[in-house]
Amino acid sequence: MEKFIEIKDVSFSYINDYDDPPTKNTVLKGVTLDINKGEFVAVLGHNGSGKSTLAKLLNSINLPESGDVFVDGMNTRDEDKLYDIRRTVGMVFQNPDNQIVATVVEEDVAFALENIGVEPSEIRKRVDWALKKVGMYEYREHAPHKLSGGQKQRIAIAGVLAMQPKCIVMDEPTAMLDPIGRREIMQTITELNSEGVTVVLITHYMEEAARAGRVVVMDDGKILLDGAPKKVFSQAELLKSVGLDVPDVTDLTHGLIRAGIDLPDDIISEDECVERLYQLLKKE
Amino acid sequence: MIKDITIGQYFPGKSAVHRLDPRMKLLLTVLYIVMLFIAKGFLGLAVGIIYMLAAFLMSGIPIRMMLKSVKPILPIIVFTGFLNLFFITTGDPLVEWHFIKITTGGLKTMVFMASRIILLIFGTSLLTYTTSPITLTDAIERVMSPLKVIKFPAHEIAMMMTIALRFIPTLIEETDKIMSAQKARGADMESGNVIKRAKALIPILIPLFVSAFRRAEELALAMECRCYHGGEGRTRLKQLKTAPRDYVALAVTVLFIVAVILLNRFLPI
Amino acid sequence: MGIIRTEDLTYVYGEGTPFRKTAVDGVNLDIEAGEIVGIIGHTGSGKSTLIQHFNGLLKPTSGKVFIDGEELFADKSRLKEIRFKVGLVFQYPEYQLFEETVYKDIAFGPKNMGLTDGEADKRIKETARLVGLKPELLDKSPFELSGGQKRRVAIAGVMAMEPKVLILDEPTAGLDPRGRDRILGLIKEYHAEKGTTVLLVSHSMEDVAKTVSKILVMNDAKVFMYSDRSSVFAKADELTAMGLTVPQVTRVFDRLRAMGIEFDDEVFSIDYAKDLVLRLLAEKRR
Repeated sequence: MEKFIEIKDVSFSYINDYDDPPTKNTVLKGVTLDINKGEFVAVLGHNGSGKSTLAKLLNSINLPESGDVFVDGMNTRDEDKLYDIRRTVGMVFQNPDNQIVATVVEEDVAFALENIGVEPSEIRKRVDWALKKVGMYEYREHAPHKLSGGQKQRIAIAGVLAMQPKCIVMDEPTAMLDPIGRREIMQTITELNSEGVTVVLITHYMEEAARAGRVVVMDDGKILLDGAPKKVFSQAELLKSVGLDVPDVTDLTHGLIRAGIDLPDDIISEDECVERLYQLLKKE
Repeated sequence: MIKDITIGQYFPGKSAVHRLDPRMKLLLTVLYIVMLFIAKGFLGLAVGIIYMLAAFLMSGIPIRMMLKSVKPILPIIVFTGFLNLFFITTGDPLVEWHFIKITTGGLKTMVFMASRIILLIFGTSLLTYTTSPITLTDAIERVMSPLKVIKFPAHEIAMMMTIALRFIPTLIEETDKIMSAQKARGADMESGNVIKRAKALIPILIPLFVSAFRRAEELALAMECRCYHGGEGRTRLKQLKTAPRDYVALAVTVLFIVAVILLNRFLPI
Repeated sequence: MGIIRTEDLTYVYGEGTPFRKTAVDGVNLDIEAGEIVGIIGHTGSGKSTLIQHFNGLLKPTSGKVFIDGEELFADKSRLKEIRFKVGLVFQYPEYQLFEETVYKDIAFGPKNMGLTDGEADKRIKETARLVGLKPELLDKSPFELSGGQKRRVAIAGVMAMEPKVLILDEPTAGLDPRGRDRILGLIKEYHAEKGTTVLLVSHSMEDVAKTVSKILVMNDAKVFMYSDRSSVFAKADELTAMGLTVPQVTRVFDRLRAMGIEFDDEVFSIDYAKDLVLRLLAEKRR
């Protein structure tokens, strides 16, 4: 496996100047994490656990206080590489309204390409390509504020995708969406990942995390758990103690195990749960 | 409700006027304004009217929209009209009653000035009706870009205008929401004297500002993530290209101006 | 007559424009006092428009709304009075905080009702306790608090008005699991303690399933159904077709039933699901 992102013993603090004397709030405390090319990593953690701060380290928005972050071999501290890094790691945020710049969909998708000075004919091609990828090509001449939340978020993804990044980091992209919007975004994410884009998804929804290839759990500025979803979610008690949850089916099977039923403790998908319960309950 | 206010008066279409290069449209509008201001007499103004009428008929904009654009300016037109009517005392007297004196000169000036203002509004409205705000912003940026040499922030101004256009609907919606929320908490915004009403705005304005700042911060972050670093080295998706029709329009406009100058010289009525 | 009743309630946006849209279409409802009701429906189904009628923020295009037996808009001078009977907490309510301190912000509603300082003070402290805000937080600026705390302040601001009906629009949107549980917990506690009617608007079926006793489903501006939890979740397929999701456990048991496992129950909570499996196992062994 090729290492794509290397986070080496990184700490980070915010300084609060409003307090007198200024106070220091350390949000990351020596985090080390490698992400391989093409991985789909979900990052979980309650509010304030440091996961958004971690995300912003990946494209030089935040620079580590100590330690280093390498993206595709580039150190995020390297100012000459700033735009290369931001083209490599695209970022999508929670509120779709606050990341759309232009008043026409296609103009917004073109924004990043205009910034990096791509030729107009090439911009056209990539904008059309990116809009088709997220299924919003028919809306290219629409005004963004008239679209649904899920559609707006797909425009935001297209705007990042147009840069042809190797990795997309999403900070709770579905938090403000309805179930339909969430489904649309999850589908787009899995499709992109299957085409080789590395995905880092920060989320509060356990069912979304269960679909990732790997789950990283953060707590109090440190990495608490890191592994396959099955492995991570089998630790239901630990997760609950840090303000997180497990998928409903995991909760159910763990309850049954406690009641003395013989079931594996790493059931995280609906299909698996149905199958197991069926085996258990079917008539002989 | 605030939601009903329309912002941006673009009226989409595919007419010849719509398709003109926006930079050329800006230039033509400026020339048209010059035309109106150099016209000394009614004949000169008539040339302006013909020009306007031709452009209007080609644009396919409904007459109702054009008339609507004059409505907000109407009080000003009436006010200056009265000033002209009562205070200009050249020409033959028409009415004399106590201290009121109306003369042909006053009447002429009133009609002349009012027509000029109305023509002016029609012209600029036609520009905004036939050009989308984003294209207009774009054109302004490009027309002003030579001024960058003297450190004029052409790109920054255009960017600010774009973002303003983008966020106006969002903030209007937000205002609506905050108003409803405060009303639900018993806020009374409809009664009381001026001071009381001004005070009633606080629960709306503070959340609105807080939200606008939060949005600005998030937007700035998102823009940074998409490699925004000012206007330097920026390319554009849409290139503006002048077509033969742009030059035809320019030539026609120049002809009209020449006509006005000639009329001024030989038939200044 | 229930605490909220509507007769052929219809609301049309943008009448006379090309954007004309019927947001609420001929809704007849009768909600009993003391009930805790979930209102679900996809975005644009009319649920948000509907609830804004319950405290007179919107005036029906046609039809009537009765609150506590009294018709809204029948006598305009009574509107404000009736409005205080229905507390409405909007989506992302933390964005309406504006006062210098948490205390003053919670006081905004009670003061607008014309309560005396003493009475307002009592209510503010009482609701602050109810939503789990520590007394020392009351003197802080609401803008210094965490997201979850801000939201609880905003909810307290409406609860302190002691409305007969409390309506919350998506109260858990955007929160982490701990924040979600906390808000739902305090809504349940509030309902248990005060016994007032609560309407919970949500598109999270998990939230609704955990909290409410009856569910109102809105679809395309109309009431699709208004019934108890089991009858609503029994229509899982139709709900899914409307763009709603049913809780994961409900889906699991619907599939098991389709595979031939026999049981009559509608499952929408994990505990219930657990008990059901244990019961079915016991039956099988017999």
